[in-house]
Amino acid sequence: MTVIEARGLRKTFGTTVALDGIDMRVEEGHILGLIGPNGAGKSTALNAILGLTLYQGELKVLGRDPWTTRDQLMCDVCFIADVAVLPRWIRVSQAVDYVAGIHPRFDRAKAEAFLAKTTIKRTSKVRELSKGMVTQLHLALVMAIDAKLLVLDEPTLGLDILYRKQFYDSLLNDYFDRSRTIVVTTHQVEEVQHVLTDLMFINRGRIVLNCSMEDFEQRFVEVAVHPEQLAAARAFKPIQERQVFGRSILLFDHLERQQAAGLGEVRTPSIADVFVAVMGNPASQAQGAAR
Amino acid sequence: MSTQSNAMPESALGSQVAIPTVISPARRMYWLVRRELWEGRAIYIAPVAVAALILLGFLISMIHFAGKMRAALALDPMQQHEITMRPYHFAELLIMGTTFIVAVFYCLDALYGERRDRSILFWKSLPVSDLATVLSKASIPLVVLPLVTFAITVVTQGIILLLSTVALIGSGVSVAKLWNDVSLWQMSLMLLYHLVAVHALWYAPIYGWLLLVSSWARRMPFLWAVLPPLAIGVVEKIAFNTSHFATMLGNRFMGGREGVAYTASSMSMEPLSQINPGRFLISPGLWIGFAIAAIFLAGAVRLRRYREPI
Repeated sequence: MTVIEARGLRKTFGTTVALDGIDMRVEEGHILGLIGPNGAGKSTALNAILGLTLYQGELKVLGRDPWTTRDQLMCDVCFIADVAVLPRWIRVSQAVDYVAGIHPRFDRAKAEAFLAKTTIKRTSKVRELSKGMVTQLHLALVMAIDAKLLVLDEPTLGLDILYRKQFYDSLLNDYFDRSRTIVVTTHQVEEVQHVLTDLMFINRGRIVLNCSMEDFEQRFVEVAVHPEQLAAARAFKPIQERQVFGRSILLFDHLERQQAAGLGEVRTPSIADVFVAVMGNPASQAQGAAR
Repeated sequence: MSTQSNAMPESALGSQVAIPTVISPARRMYWLVRRELWEGRAIYIAPVAVAALILLGFLISMIHFAGKMRAALALDPMQQHEITMRPYHFAELLIMGTTFIVAVFYCLDALYGERRDRSILFWKSLPVSDLATVLSKASIPLVVLPLVTFAITVVTQGIILLLSTVALIGSGVSVAKLWNDVSLWQMSLMLLYHLVAVHALWYAPIYGWLLLVSSWARRMPFLWAVLPPLAIGVVEKIAFNTSHFATMLGNRFMGGREGVAYTASSMSMEPLSQINPGRFLISPGLWIGFAIAAIFLAGAVRLRRYREPI
C-alpha cells in the first residue's frame, strides 16, 4: 500500500520557494529519512503531509487529501514535532486523559505501561519536566496510538545522547512493525543510518537523492586510495575527495566494488559523508535531481 | 531518566490489536471543554476569589448591620427595599463584571496562545477539526462562564442572606422584613435570564470578534481587538460628524434593551415584570448579532487552519 504519494508538490512563501515541485512515494512498512540542510524544505514537506500547510500539486496521504481532511487523517497519523510542542501547562495525567478522550485508536494501557518505565510523575506539569522527559511523554502518547504513519520532525533535537539512543530503540523495538510507516527528518544523520530503510536528500526544495538503503550501500563506495593509485582513481570521477591523516579518501557514486578494491581500502560511506559530498557538489546535485 | 526506561513490557506488546472505538461528537466536545478548563483555571478561580472577597467585606460590614437595618425601618418601603437589596446587587454586578473580563481575556488568548507556545502543532496532530476546536473555545464565554457566574452568584447571595439572618437574630431584630424583601428565587431567575439573554446571546458577536482577532493576530491581540473599532469610530466622527458606530457598540456593551430592563428590575419591587423574553427573541439586534458572531467564528475556524506557530 502506498502511504504517501506526492506529485509536483510545491510551496512558496512569498518569493521564497520552499518546495519546488517534488515527487515522492512512500510505501507501507518503510522508514524514510528526510535529510537536508536548514531551510531545505524538509519541515514544509512534512507540514504538507500532515495537513498543516496549504500546497500546490498532488498529495495523497493514506489515500486522503491532508489539507481538507486533516482531522480524519489524524486518526491514522501521529506526529512529533521538532522541539517539544506539548503545552507547558498540562499535567501528565491530563495529557493521557485528553488523548484517551478524543483519540479513537489510543490504547491507554500501553501509554501507562510506557510511562511506568520512566521516572515521569503523573502529577507533574510539562513545564516541570526535563526536555528528555517531555519527549518520553510525547513518545508514550504517540506509541499508544495504533497509527499507520508516524511523522517525526527532528524528534531528538536538543536531547542528550542517552535519550536520543533510547528514543530510536523504543521506536524500533516497541513500535515499528511492517504495517507501520515512519518518516523522520533529522540532523543527527549518523543515529538514523541503521534505522532507515529509505533515504531522501532534499536541498532548496528539490529532491537531490532518493534511494533505498540497500541501493545506497551498493551505489556509494568510499575508498581510501593508495597514493600510487590516485590518478587512476580520479579517472573514475569521484564525487568527493578529502584528506584524512595524509591519505586520500575518495567517494564514488556507481563504482563496482571489484574495481574499487583495486584502488585501495573499500568502505561503505556513512550517510553523513555522502550528504556532505552531494550537497557540496553542484554537478552531482543536478545529476541527482535528474533521477 | 533511568536507563531501563526504554522498554515496553511484554503485556503491552501482546495487545497490538486495539479495537478502534468511535468518538462521539458529544464526548469529543466534553474533552475539548475540559481541556479549556484545565488551561484556563481563571474561568472559575477568578469569580470564586471575587465572591470570597465580597463575603469577607460583607462579614466586616456586619458589625453595623443590625443598626443599619433598624435605621432603615424608619425610611419609606422603596428606600428600605433598596438598602436591603444593595449587597445582593453589588455581589451580582461584581461577579458578572469579573467573569466578563475573564471572558474577554480568555477569548483573546484562546487561539493566540496555542500558536505562541507552538502547542497548536500538538493539538493539530490529534483527530479534532478546527471547527470543533473553535466551537469548544467559543462555548466557554457563551455557555460555561454564564453558568459559572450563575452558580457562584447564587451561592454568594445565599451566604449573604444567611449571614444577615444570623446577625439580625443575634441582635433581636425581626427577620420578617429581610426575608420579605429578599427573594433568592426571584433574584436567581432574573440573574439567569440576564446571563443567558445578555452575557451569552447579546454579547455573542463580541466574543466572536475577540476569537477572530485571537486567531489572526501575530502579536498583541488586545490592541488588534480594541484599535480597529476605535479607528472606525474616529474616522466616522471626522468624516461624517456622526457616531452611529460608537452608539451601536455602546448599545451592544450595555446589553441592549434587556440590559436596561435588568437595571430597572434591580430597582423594582416586581423585577420579573420588567422583562419580556418574547420581544427580546424577535428583536433584530439579537439576530444581526448572531449573524455577525457566526461570520466571525467561521473566520476564526478558517484562520486556525491556515495559521502556523508564531
